[in-house]
Amino acid sequence: MFQRVLIANRGVIARRIVRALNSLGIESVVVYSEADQGAPYLAEATQAIALKGVSAAESYLNVDVLEGVIRKTGADAVHPGYGFLAENAGFARRVAACGARFIGPAPDLIEQMGDKVCARQLAVEHNFPCHAGSALIASQDEALTEAARIGYPVMVKPAAGGGGIGMQVADSDASLRQAFSRAGVMAERAFGSAAVYLERWIENPRHIEVQVLGDGKDAMHLYERECSVQRRHQKVIEESPAPGIDRAELEPVLNRARQFSADIGYDSVGTIETLRGADGAYGFLEMNTRIQVEHGVTEMVTGVDLVSAQIALAAGLGLPKTKPLVGHALEVRVYAEDSRTLMPSTGQLSCFRPPQLHGVRVETGMAQGQFVTQHYDPMLAKLISVGHTREMAIGRALVACRAFEIRGVNTNLALLQKILTDPVFIAGNIDTGYLDRLLAKT
Amino acid sequence: MAQHEVESEVAGTVWKVEAKVGDTVACGDVLMILESMKMEIPVESPVDGKVVSINVAVEQAIEEDQVLAVVED
Repeated sequence: MFQRVLIANRGVIARRIVRALNSLGIESVVVYSEADQGAPYLAEATQAIALKGVSAAESYLNVDVLEGVIRKTGADAVHPGYGFLAENAGFARRVAACGARFIGPAPDLIEQMGDKVCARQLAVEHNFPCHAGSALIASQDEALTEAARIGYPVMVKPAAGGGGIGMQVADSDASLRQAFSRAGVMAERAFGSAAVYLERWIENPRHIEVQVLGDGKDAMHLYERECSVQRRHQKVIEESPAPGIDRAELEPVLNRARQFSADIGYDSVGTIETLRGADGAYGFLEMNTRIQVEHGVTEMVTGVDLVSAQIALAAGLGLPKTKPLVGHALEVRVYAEDSRTLMPSTGQLSCFRPPQLHGVRVETGMAQGQFVTQHYDPMLAKLISVGHTREMAIGRALVACRAFEIRGVNTNLALLQKILTDPVFIAGNIDTGYLDRLLAKT
Repeated sequence: MAQHEVESEVAGTVWKVEAKVGDTVACGDVLMILESMKMEIPVESPVDGKVVSINVAVEQAIEEDQVLAVVED
């Protein structure tokens, strides 16, 4: 096992990794930017190292500086968390060049999955279900030909994309011409590559993802997570199991995800995201080659500590034992953003009192007095509730949202309560358009 | 003719300025795009009118409620 692990991240996930390392008896080294001074998890780690600057580029994305920290501290492994450098194959290679282990899959796999066209191609080759789509599109004429084959409406997607940035829907030749050039410009600006491809647009799909783990030869799955409650393509509520879907329908998808991971020699924890159409057909969306924000949901229904499992896999200690899915877990993400306008909000947390309730796990990197700055994403905390039934998990999450006291920034706690008491959500009638419809109602 | 000050709803950075002084804009047209907390936040014209001033430049740091532009209708 490792002796000393550098955590190249901040906030909620940095704290979660410190906890896993402490439980495994491994030393933890955290780095922090000037904006994160005084964060509560710094004292929980074995060692905390200050980085210059407040922006992500100066600190958590600064590969040269992080490499210096690896060498100075003698860390023998690096945990990248999620976001920042977690899916950066170049960083993974630099870590290896320092003689340390990158806690994640092989850099080649990160690269293949980061290229959305390549990832899709791999899924097709390995018989993972895909919605109709194209390869890379070179010209507008080619886009029109491919769209005719796939059938409108189609989605124009950046190949280097992520987070829904630059995606355009087209329902006719005329709108495709426009969407094609617009998506190219946006993709160039956001990702430095104008490459785009087409995929059939699925109306009001459900976002269903499968948690997988692989050791390079064998693979296993730890069931699905339903993540359809989203705003701006960012998840707000996630749960497991997926409500209202027969296990008989899900089993083949879970098994295909496991088989796919084994076939490509996947060697870490990962998530295969799919879109499920109203007709019950699943299609590959992407594979995330890292620990996911919502991993806690799976931990609560399986009892597997995914972060520890990820560290063990990187150390070559093999896969955990598979576990049955028990009960129901639900995660709500508490964001520093207005419940009505969804505008992000910055400021000092004059009051920050997370709830302490039976059946509710709190994950946060924040504490009273800390500043919420414009430099990082607005997630303040995750509340993960668990119950024998979905109804019970929803009830506990609702109580937790009501009990959570935050002052100093606007939060989405009111919106979360609105969702958790909405009869449509309670009935499980959710898809990726659900939250926009709920917001439009008021 | 009334002048409408367009204020920022967030603290952040100006990522891109889409409109320039003298442009005729419709209500809802994007004047500029701000970046804050890893999000792109479009700033829209509140009215149909003409842009009379753009008070910020690309990459400038801005405060909440700062006046970003003025549109006259």
